[in-house]
Amino acid sequence: MDLDPEDVFKDEEDDPDNEFFQQSESSKEYVVYLVDASRKMFSTTCPGNDQKDETHFHTAVSCIAGSLKTQIISRSYDEVAICFFNTREKKNLQDLNGVFVFNVAEREHLDRPTARLIKEFDCIEESFMREIGSQYGIVPGSRENSLYNALWVAQALLRKGSIKTADKRILLFTNEDDPFGSLQDAAKKDMTRTTLQRAKDAQDLGISIELLPLSRPDSEFNVSTFYADLIGLDGEDLAQFMPSASQKLEDMKDQLRKRMFTKRVVRRIGFHIANGLSIELNTYALIRPTVPGAITWLDSVTNHPLKTERSLICEDTGALIQEPPKLFQPYRNENVKFLPEEIAEIKRISPGKLRLLGFKPLSCLKDYYNLRPSTFVYASDQEVVGSTCIFIALHRSMLKHNRFAVAYYGASNHPQLVALVAQDEITSAGAQMEPPGMHMIYLPYSDDIRDDEEIFPDTEEDAPRADEDQIQKAAALIKRIYVKDFSAFQFANPALQRHYAVLQALALAEDDIPETTDETAPDEEGLTRPAVVRAAEAFKHSVYGDSYDEESDMGKEKMSEASRKRKAIAENAAKDYDWGNLADKGSPTWNVFS
Amino acid sequence: MARNKEKLVLLLDVGPSMHGVLSEVEKLCSMLVEKKLIFSKYDELGVVVFGTEESNNDLTTEVGGYQNITVLQDIKVVDGDLVDTLQKLPRGTVDGDFLDAIVVGMDMLIKKYKDLHKGKKRLCLITNAIHPIKDPFEGSKEDQVMTIAEQMAAQGMKIESIVVRGRFSRDANKGVMDENDHLLSIFSKKTHTRTVYVDTPTSLLGALKTRRVTPVTVFRGHLELSPQMKIKVWVYKKTQEEKFPTLKKYSEKAPASNKLATHQVKVSYEYKSVDGSSNSVIPPEQRIKGYRYGPQVVPISTAEWDAVKFKPEKGIKVLGFTDASKIKRHCYMKDVYLFIAEPGNTRATLAVSAIARAMKEMNAVAILRCVWRQGQQNIVVGVLTPNISQNDKIPDSFYFNVLPFAEDVREYQFPSFNSFPASWQPNDQQQKAADELVQMLDLAPSGKEALLPEFTPNPVLERFYRHLELKAKQPDAAVPPLDETLKKIIEPDPELVAENKSVFDALHRHFELKQNPKLKKSSRQWYQEKQSGSNAHVSGGQAVNSIENQPPVKIEKIGDLTPVQDFEAMMSQRDNPEWVEKAIKELREKILALLIHPDGEDKYQKAVECVAALRKGCIIEQEPGPYNDLMHRIRQYCEEKGIKSLPQLLASRDLTLISKSEAEDSNVTAEEARSFFVKMEPKPDV
Repeated sequence: MDLDPEDVFKDEEDDPDNEFFQQSESSKEYVVYLVDASRKMFSTTCPGNDQKDETHFHTAVSCIAGSLKTQIISRSYDEVAICFFNTREKKNLQDLNGVFVFNVAEREHLDRPTARLIKEFDCIEESFMREIGSQYGIVPGSRENSLYNALWVAQALLRKGSIKTADKRILLFTNEDDPFGSLQDAAKKDMTRTTLQRAKDAQDLGISIELLPLSRPDSEFNVSTFYADLIGLDGEDLAQFMPSASQKLEDMKDQLRKRMFTKRVVRRIGFHIANGLSIELNTYALIRPTVPGAITWLDSVTNHPLKTERSLICEDTGALIQEPPKLFQPYRNENVKFLPEEIAEIKRISPGKLRLLGFKPLSCLKDYYNLRPSTFVYASDQEVVGSTCIFIALHRSMLKHNRFAVAYYGASNHPQLVALVAQDEITSAGAQMEPPGMHMIYLPYSDDIRDDEEIFPDTEEDAPRADEDQIQKAAALIKRIYVKDFSAFQFANPALQRHYAVLQALALAEDDIPETTDETAPDEEGLTRPAVVRAAEAFKHSVYGDSYDEESDMGKEKMSEASRKRKAIAENAAKDYDWGNLADKGSPTWNVFS
Repeated sequence: MARNKEKLVLLLDVGPSMHGVLSEVEKLCSMLVEKKLIFSKYDELGVVVFGTEESNNDLTTEVGGYQNITVLQDIKVVDGDLVDTLQKLPRGTVDGDFLDAIVVGMDMLIKKYKDLHKGKKRLCLITNAIHPIKDPFEGSKEDQVMTIAEQMAAQGMKIESIVVRGRFSRDANKGVMDENDHLLSIFSKKTHTRTVYVDTPTSLLGALKTRRVTPVTVFRGHLELSPQMKIKVWVYKKTQEEKFPTLKKYSEKAPASNKLATHQVKVSYEYKSVDGSSNSVIPPEQRIKGYRYGPQVVPISTAEWDAVKFKPEKGIKVLGFTDASKIKRHCYMKDVYLFIAEPGNTRATLAVSAIARAMKEMNAVAILRCVWRQGQQNIVVGVLTPNISQNDKIPDSFYFNVLPFAEDVREYQFPSFNSFPASWQPNDQQQKAADELVQMLDLAPSGKEALLPEFTPNPVLERFYRHLELKAKQPDAAVPPLDETLKKIIEPDPELVAENKSVFDALHRHFELKQNPKLKKSSRQWYQEKQSGSNAHVSGGQAVNSIENQPPVKIEKIGDLTPVQDFEAMMSQRDNPEWVEKAIKELREKILALLIHPDGEDKYQKAVECVAALRKGCIIEQEPGPYNDLMHRIRQYCEEKGIKSLPQLLASRDLTLISKSEAEDSNVTAEEARSFFVKMEPKPDV
């Protein structure tokens, strides 16, 4: 429903073509966060920001809190449950020991995140010891197995819904790589076996169990001790799992955050490389603008939602139109009519396929060849065996020769010429910063490109160009305001943050709207440092001379522009078109030869 | 409106050496007029062709000379006849003189408009410029061109030249071409326009902007480097997608006798309570906006929202400079902006030039925070990259691309390639074959870049406007397939492929693709496979293989135009099992309708295609019932009506009953199925 006349975030022409990042209910995800609350989680620390140490428990909880906040905005149909194990108190439907399901009012255990859940979970650490408590649940001489119980509770929570319509996942946060380490042989064997069986049962029901191990710099989490069996890792997967013990907490948080998302395939396409050689690719929307959810109209008296009824009314007769109407375009003094199917047929070019046309050097990919966010593509051997091999070979060749592929992508609503740019994998401290694959960049057509930079020069003279001194002064200034570690997406969107802070406050009926910081504000302080000021002054002087006074400069220009125009008109009016003059100067002379 | 209307004279070279591209010239020029008829109806246009046997222009009558130039159309407001004129340009017989044609065009503009409409008068020359122009009686050619160009500038005219070269001018004299290029460049310089060179028919179609868009600034103000250092800039759009036109809805309710009917459709929205207790419409003043926050909807009035919403100040600030490599190309989010120094402001131009050139030298980019206008409720963060001008007349400028915010990025992880099993890793020969392909299938050999976005027309829009023109004349014309020139945009260039046959052979030799044998052939996968696998068999006429995997436009009804595609699309809609049932039912009805009212010349061809699709679909869904039932009805119908051709057609394509071996639920044996049409007993013809 595009009924919102004042959509807050609409820029002049935000592309409405964002079907692929509007989540639908049919692709939802059920997640149980299973957090180890044993003593070890509180006693183990990592050096965090500001030299302050953070406990592993804090790390896990803050990752989840962050994820909930993202989720309520972008994937609010997903349902979550938060469950601690190795707790003193118990709270769960099965009444099992050592497991505590955290929840808030007006919410089922596994449900969509709400404002209240986010708010109360944000301060869980204050009340945790008092109300839930930490107590390691697996001790010699006891038959209790808190990990087993935790998996059972999580599985029961995920009983809801069919795996056909939802992804079900358990995300397990722990820093204990050997949960049964304190037990004797027989008991250990027994508990290990039953726990693994419990996990396998869950997996057989289509639930995936993912481990988010927390390790210290001095003692790495050893996955193979126990958990490799539980989550079903072997061979190379195992080697991949913990590429390196992360040295920094930020990196660990990064890894956790990345693992908390599941990949969603946008669509599966065939990449036609040559006749008879068509490989299978999956496309992913890694970057899409996040916009606030659509507006729902309410009855201001009852606060009940309203439904919108759209009707088509014939302006001539006032009759309601039921069938999808024909479309028309006024042209040549008449209305040329089209069936909706006909329009679809016009747009249907090479449907569903990506066709390779050739390769070009990367230098041909200009900065202004862009229209929309790119789409990521990655090969799959699921249906066409051999796809990945070709994909890797092309990927390597394209990187080696600094070339990109040009292809035609026949998306049915928006077929377009695209560039495929190979991206090599980039990892930093064990975390993948850029995945290996190709980015599909949508190229403009000739009618999409403007040449406005060419319309102004109205003078005979060449355009002013900076001299070497001015360039050097500019370079000096640039060096002063140089940012070394810039990441393209390091800023939170201040408007979005504000929007949700307001909603959160109103949803919880709070009086104060929490402050949000605008991370995009320039570093005013830094810019007033003497060195920066000096560099700016030097550059200014080299271009503007002693009389840098912009406003007067602008005023003068404005005047001169207007007066020049007037003058030009006056002059031209005085000058009649003089064919004779042109004749004298030569034009008709070459007629002699014709 | 009227003040902005353009006055254009097309100067088209129709000499013998141009014949090879004249059909593209016709298409380009008629597209230009077609768009004008929609977007700028009051523009005026004249057409001059040169290289014709005859001569027909004012100058030849008045002063003599100017031969082989024909004014096809005097300047007039654009109309449909112009399209017709441009669609059948005469084929000339002599090599024309483009300079003569320019003078004729100038004369037309001058006579018609005197010295009014400065800057709106335009000449557009399309030629290959491979033939020498005549020597002047005195002075050099260059002097002459200079004189004419100055006159042109004084009259406020501009001339845009499109020079068709490449494979069309292989045998041309290089000296002559160089001379002509030089002469044309004088015009470009004097009238501040450019000469465009194209070397394929496809790029010729993209060489002329067929729709004029008045440039509008997005922002005028300061680019703030620091509180002390601000530069006056104007910001424009550099790219903006030309969208498919939005068509209006057409009402057929008015009686045909009503000559004044507008046929317009009004879209009305009514807001009603969801619980349905009352069916009353809620008036606008009683409505309040609700914003979603998780499962909750939070009501906020506009006034409340205004009080709390984010309100940044207008302005553009540099947050810092950074290394260009920090910004990945795929992070660009939107169409692109252009930053230029305030026009006429020399010092701002110098400052922009200095910063741009320093950035270029240092391989640096600037990160900007932009609020384009007061009242804008969001912030745009993006990257400014230098655009060093290659043309002495044009100042340096910047391009600006929007970058994502943290919320816009999904950090999915993908397996490293070296984590894959050895069988998935390309071996040396495979790598070599891929290397060859990447190097040899070259679209930009030695500066001759093919499919340059600047010169590539949008095939969908080309197709739409051509179809619009066609339908204006033949209302029931079918959508024509893409022509050869446009196919070059969607398919690899056959010549390039042929040149690299050995490269492709090696590719086929070293790489093998096969369907995954372990995969259970469920119906859904079948549909996917069909389109991701090799497309070896494209059946004639009905392109059965051309359907999309997941049509983003949901098919809710099987239409008349492409029933097979609609059916397959509907069958593959996975959100609800009812689609399958609905698809089968609707296609059956369509088939029966086609039997009673055969469509077109092929009579039953369409019905047979539908039957084939239905049979396939029913086997995949293991639903033999509806199909077999239909076949019995078809046989009965044919028997009654004595129709022989249809059963023969069906039998010849093995479109018989679905047997038990094909679908478990069927109670038909293979033998019965085979003899189904054989056993038919047609009634003797009456």
